[in-house]
Amino acid sequence: MTRKIVIEPVTRVEGHGKVTIHLDDEGNVAQSRFHIVEFRGFERFVQGRPYWEAPVLVQRLCGICPVSHHLAGAKAMDVVVGAGTGEGLTPTAEKIRRLMHYGQIFQSHSLHFFHLASPDLLFGYDSPPETRNVIGIAMANRELATQAVLMRKYGQEVIAATAGKKIHGTGAVPGGVNKSLTAEERDRLLKGDGGPLNAGQMVAWAQGALELFKDYYRKHKDFIDRFSSFPSNHLSLVRKDGALDLYHGVLRAVDANGKRILNDVDYQEYLQHLREEVKSWSYMKFPFLKALGRENGWYRVGPLARLNTADFIPTPLAQKEFEGYKAATGGKPNNMCMHTHWARLIEILHAAEKMRELLQDPDILGGDLVVKGRRQPEGVGIIEAPRGTLIHHFRVGEDDLIQMANLIVSTTHNNEPMNRAVNGVARSMLTKAREITEGMLNAVEVAIRAYDPCLSCATHAYGRMPLEVLLYDDRGQLLARRRK
Amino acid sequence: MASFVRYTLDGKTCLAEEGTQLVAAARDSGVYIPTLCNHPGIPPKGSCRICTVLVNGIPQTACTTKVVEDMNVTTGTPELEAFRKAVVEILFAEGNHLCPSCERSGNCELQALAYRYRVTVPHFPYLFPKRDVEAWHPKLVKDHNRCIQCKRCIRGIHNAEGKALFAFGKRGDKVVINIDPDTSRDIGDELAQQAMDICPVGAILRKGKGFDVPIGRRRYDREPIGSEVKP
Repeated sequence: MTRKIVIEPVTRVEGHGKVTIHLDDEGNVAQSRFHIVEFRGFERFVQGRPYWEAPVLVQRLCGICPVSHHLAGAKAMDVVVGAGTGEGLTPTAEKIRRLMHYGQIFQSHSLHFFHLASPDLLFGYDSPPETRNVIGIAMANRELATQAVLMRKYGQEVIAATAGKKIHGTGAVPGGVNKSLTAEERDRLLKGDGGPLNAGQMVAWAQGALELFKDYYRKHKDFIDRFSSFPSNHLSLVRKDGALDLYHGVLRAVDANGKRILNDVDYQEYLQHLREEVKSWSYMKFPFLKALGRENGWYRVGPLARLNTADFIPTPLAQKEFEGYKAATGGKPNNMCMHTHWARLIEILHAAEKMRELLQDPDILGGDLVVKGRRQPEGVGIIEAPRGTLIHHFRVGEDDLIQMANLIVSTTHNNEPMNRAVNGVARSMLTKAREITEGMLNAVEVAIRAYDPCLSCATHAYGRMPLEVLLYDDRGQLLARRRK
Repeated sequence: MASFVRYTLDGKTCLAEEGTQLVAAARDSGVYIPTLCNHPGIPPKGSCRICTVLVNGIPQTACTTKVVEDMNVTTGTPELEAFRKAVVEILFAEGNHLCPSCERSGNCELQALAYRYRVTVPHFPYLFPKRDVEAWHPKLVKDHNRCIQCKRCIRGIHNAEGKALFAFGKRGDKVVINIDPDTSRDIGDELAQQAMDICPVGAILRKGKGFDVPIGRRRYDREPIGSEVKP
């Protein structure tokens, strides 16, 4: 008798998705899929709007990392207004945007590690769901939970100072920014108001979080190394000299063994290198590297991919951690899914160091905010969002209205890897299983969670949303129903 | 020499120069009467009705009413406040007002009034009309989705020859305010900015100008609408 297992919704991720797993007569996994069941439609309804609205409009895609969409949209419009890419802005504008972005990376990564992922690691993926959540973390380790909340708060304060408010600000405009920092704002973020919300404390807490993970890794090495590991290609922006750069750079891709398959190309030409495939069972597209084709051209993006493509990290403490991280794989690309958490924590440290560095740079107090040049008909903006490479591409008519938008969000790049992760865990956990336990199903979600997918912006219900498993016979008759 | 009249405003005896517009007279006496279609320096029209007050017990628009001797004015009954809130709600329901991506958010009089009257949930069905964005002009964009047809632009913006830059088109519920291609042909940046500024919402925009004022420094970030009138 065949069975169809549905995990809906997938919990402790941003947005709504579900997993279906089909078991054949003998209990083997015949097929598994990670479906994105929501449809947003931003590419369509930004059409016909004035181009300068795009950075503010498209950020409404998300409430967790709106800054990423805000900046990617602004970068695309920098090109449209003739300000060029990256280096074309004034030093004040670029540094304010970078500060905004590192604040975003810091708060979003902290949210993911502490609030969403850490319950699985600290309590075990098959521990009781009643305590396997952020409240359980707060009950078990009050100090850690407080630190997690304050780290997120600090990142949000940096965003508010640079974008105007914590969520959905307006700081980045085509060709620059609409504000720099006042000395009072700078001092408050750098030194805090006598409390822990200061740049130095954030660096220290980021180091502490890394130690927490590394201690866990030493005790659970086999699980972290083996769980949902599989070889893949990796793609990200890197700085022109190969450094990790989350705001601007060139596109680089490597295969599972480290061979360059996309060699530092100008991202304005991304369409020459990337394609998207549509499948009938998901609203999310499947991007692939054109040169390798649909079958072999899929890749991962995000922290794991970034630390595989980058040659070094341009901040000292994160670089030291990076060296230890690379040593774990002998310098080769890391294809171990759960090492994404490790990579993410190194990026948190890097973001904290960058924020501290930028807050001491006098350029962030400057008054030269916007540059414009010769108007262009289209522009591409790419940024490394917390979850990976984010592409915004707009075509603008002579009347200044947007004619075409193409948005490839980070989670879209990770569509195929997440499906493979689901399939791998389902096969290892559920094949010929006599009983399907809640822990087994959560293991499937743990694999998805490692990618920190942002299916839209629904953090309000993590840990509380119902998980329902339906068992069907081969005629589609419902045999059993189990709710978490 | 100006002559003054004595009138009653919300139970208090006040003095005003004879012939003063009631909105202005009330403001001088520390009483805020909300307006949308009214704008200082241009002839009043009384089209939006949000400034409706009771004059000797009869509803009248305060922007088109002049103060006269012994007039008894009531500005703030619960019924009048409910009526004003309904006017704001209807204007939102009748157009496509998407504040999150609007350049005028924080500077928009309609949005500011919605905050003042705590418009939090829709009481009228939204019409979601299909409207265009007029972008052919080299300096201006007219977003018909946001236009509340207050006519401030028609009455207040004129070219060097004194001709209006904006004009009505179509009729009835299809009526639109268009940019006149003849009178607006050679306008400069200053007049384009005046056109954008006179619009109470985000229906008239200057091309390439957007989100210049950061959040926190916009007009209604500093203080809610009506706060400028000190009792």
